[in-house]
Amino acid sequence: MSFKASVRDIGDVTVIDMDGRITLGEGSDLLRDLVHQYLGKGRRKIVLNLAGITYIDSTGLGELVSGYRMVKSEGGEIKLLNLNKKVSDLLQITKLYTVFDIHRQEAEAMASFHT
Amino acid sequence: MSSKPQRIEVVLETLIESIALAETVGMRVAAEAGFGDDDQYKIGLAVHEGVMNAFQYGNEQRRERKIHLTFELHEDRLVIQVVDQGSGFRMEDVPDPRDDENMLEDSGRGVLLMKAFMDEVDVLSSDSGGAKLVMAKLHKK
Repeated sequence: MSFKASVRDIGDVTVIDMDGRITLGEGSDLLRDLVHQYLGKGRRKIVLNLAGITYIDSTGLGELVSGYRMVKSEGGEIKLLNLNKKVSDLLQITKLYTVFDIHRQEAEAMASFHT
Repeated sequence: MSSKPQRIEVVLETLIESIALAETVGMRVAAEAGFGDDDQYKIGLAVHEGVMNAFQYGNEQRRERKIHLTFELHEDRLVIQVVDQGSGFRMEDVPDPRDDENMLEDSGRGVLLMKAFMDEVDVLSSDSGGAKLVMAKLHKK
């Protein structure tokens, strides 16, 4: 299944719900564009909801890192939500779990932003 | 006495679509070879990463160059080769993406994933000087 994303603004937090694959040519560019677009609107608190992500490759991991860097450079925060086992394993292998703030519950992710 | 391994060869164009195609072929070969769902995913991702590396870095996205993907089914293992027509690279020159100075790089995690998901990974030089990535997955006893 190819990449799909929808966006919810909840207060000052933007939640990007994603489905499908984040790979080279399938979603990686779209993810980058979305994060860039919402940062451009002044949204600095972003939750990437990966609940529907079935597959991610090294390019997709690179796009998550790129998003993290973009948001941080604007003084914002990015959180990861609802990682499945495959994605979680990839973050363990690459040690990216040490970079990202990862949550299982949306309410917990929302509450974790610094004011 | 071991029997001659079954060999499957696929020649791919240097197209972005070849990456997912190779992954699908890799997963089907892995299934045919008797690997379970988890190993099929891991083998598919390793093939995906190997072909993506050939597409981007080896063949530099030049369509006229080819990617040769080979599967050999041995009694105890599946051996996969990905050969590109670039200028090759050495495994020891690939920085570890887990090092602090590389952690926030956009790229450089493919080789690490292949090593994590396959039992053996090596990079040799092909006859034409390109990279010859050789990976093996052992059947669990």
